[in-house]
Amino acid sequence: MLSSKRGLKKKPELAPSVPHSAAEGASSNEMEQARSTEEMREKAKKLRRHVITMTAKAGSGHPGGSLSAAELVTALFFRVLRHDPQNPRWPDRDRFVLSKGHAAPLLYAALAESGYFPIAELLTLRQLGSRMQGHTDMITTPGVEMSAGALGQGLSFGIGTALAARLDGRDYRVYVLLGDGECDEGQVWEAAMAAAHFKLDNLVAIIDRNRQQIDGWCCDVMDTEPFPEKWRSFGWHTIEVDGHDLVQIITALGEAKKIEGKPTAIIAHTTKGKGVSFMENNPHFHGTAPTPEEAERALKELE
Amino acid sequence: MAQEMSVRDAYGNTLVELGRESENIVVLDADLSRSTMTHLFAKEFPDRFFDCGIAEQNMMGIAAGLAASGKTVFASTFAIFATARCYDQVRVSIAQSHQNVKIVATHSGITVGEDGFSHHAIEDLALMCSFPGFTVIVPADAVETSQAVRAAAATHGPFYIRLTRPKTSLVYNENYRFVLGKAVTMRGGEDASVIAIGIMVDRALQAADTLAREGIELRVVNMSTLKPIDEQAIVKAAEETGAILTAEEHLQHGGLGSIVAQVVAKHHPVPMAFLNIRDIYSSSGKPEELLERHGLTATGIVEEVRSLVSRKP
Repeated sequence: MLSSKRGLKKKPELAPSVPHSAAEGASSNEMEQARSTEEMREKAKKLRRHVITMTAKAGSGHPGGSLSAAELVTALFFRVLRHDPQNPRWPDRDRFVLSKGHAAPLLYAALAESGYFPIAELLTLRQLGSRMQGHTDMITTPGVEMSAGALGQGLSFGIGTALAARLDGRDYRVYVLLGDGECDEGQVWEAAMAAAHFKLDNLVAIIDRNRQQIDGWCCDVMDTEPFPEKWRSFGWHTIEVDGHDLVQIITALGEAKKIEGKPTAIIAHTTKGKGVSFMENNPHFHGTAPTPEEAERALKELE
Repeated sequence: MAQEMSVRDAYGNTLVELGRESENIVVLDADLSRSTMTHLFAKEFPDRFFDCGIAEQNMMGIAAGLAASGKTVFASTFAIFATARCYDQVRVSIAQSHQNVKIVATHSGITVGEDGFSHHAIEDLALMCSFPGFTVIVPADAVETSQAVRAAAATHGPFYIRLTRPKTSLVYNENYRFVLGKAVTMRGGEDASVIAIGIMVDRALQAADTLAREGIELRVVNMSTLKPIDEQAIVKAAEETGAILTAEEHLQHGGLGSIVAQVVAKHHPVPMAFLNIRDIYSSSGKPEELLERHGLTATGIVEEVRSLVSRKP
């Protein structure tokens, strides 16, 4: 389900997609929301299955960081983003910038499920001539906003698109998904300073805080704690959520729309490899594809 | 002595004109706007100017995002910071996706002088010419600078325009028309050719005067568009003069000399010589002192050409 196109307005009504306290009351509206949240959970599972089959078929890739961000990407593509798969370059679309470009399989899965290209194409991941490049390539793949893969560059790009919205009087919003390991890169903090300096309240950074990077736990490789305090002190409205709880994610994204004069950082606490028992918290699966046998076991768990 | 004018002033003034002509022009700088002269644009169009602070990598990413949203973006700082400092950002965020970003860098080469090696961008052309799809221009004077900046604004895609800090001698008058990708024969000659860029064009013209008195007619070619290179002009020079010298304020590897040599070797091999900065970093000193030390002078060209002509079969 895609959000309907909103007309171009300076200050649109931006109601959050779900109530802040979903548990209160039991109106038909809330029951509908609950039902659609269940559908979205299924969608996230579907994206995970795609990630497993794609990387297993390719024989390489980065499943761990794709699995950890499945709910984040699901919430955006199937609830929050204003986009039109038939018109990927629609000037008023919300921008989703995948800064952690190695999570390309997850993005491709969401784009295919949204209708940007046939689902069958996902299985060509990393093959010669495929539109499913190993890391994202905005020239090749419809719906991909930015070429990425060298970490740390997406937030800067997001600032540029957010500034362009301001210059053009457009009301689209910009969402940048970063990894927490990626935040070792100095450019991320250059961008964090600049986004606050430019008061970009149309920009949201979502950090997939799965606490692992290739060499192991982030706190052992390069400790970035106190992490939320860093974003706050850089001038960002900072929200922490359970990154696998769709209601929390959507609520936070709704809250971000109401913040004026500063960008929002959503720190999403996640589990690397989420959804597949033997991949969870296992840094081996950061950059290693499952074998055919492992893929079979994984898909059973994701039924 | 020819009239001298600042290429940086020419850039700043042209930016203002472009800003008046199109609302789509956006300018970025990294805390050097008074040196790069983008402050002139900032003063007239404060809403379309963004100072990114001392954060060049972030500036290049912002430039890419603005360009991806339809803007024509000029991003300026000193040449060393615009290139070496953020090579990967330009590669990933700008070059591969062929973004409409014009990197106009000032204070290139050793003529930055006293600031010393950390500020001498002498490998920038090698770096920027390495990007597939980039256009690289080294204007010879203020007149050409203004026109090259206009050509960049009018042509979609990533550009690198290399400017210097000191004022430079005018080699063109206002009737000159810069054509992207076309070399200009500044002076005819049949005995040898010098293919020069930037400040070396004026020095080559001076050298040609000296050599003419000795009976050597030197052809002087301004190769202001370094990429895509004008192969035809190079082949013509090789065929008609039988010897080619290149002259550039840049390290010996990967700049004008390397590019011209590839064309000559492939199409019409003739004796060649290369005037540039040898495989060494420079140091503090007055610009003219440094140019003298590295032989990047009219005299240096004269000596190279004499030797080159003697090698002609």
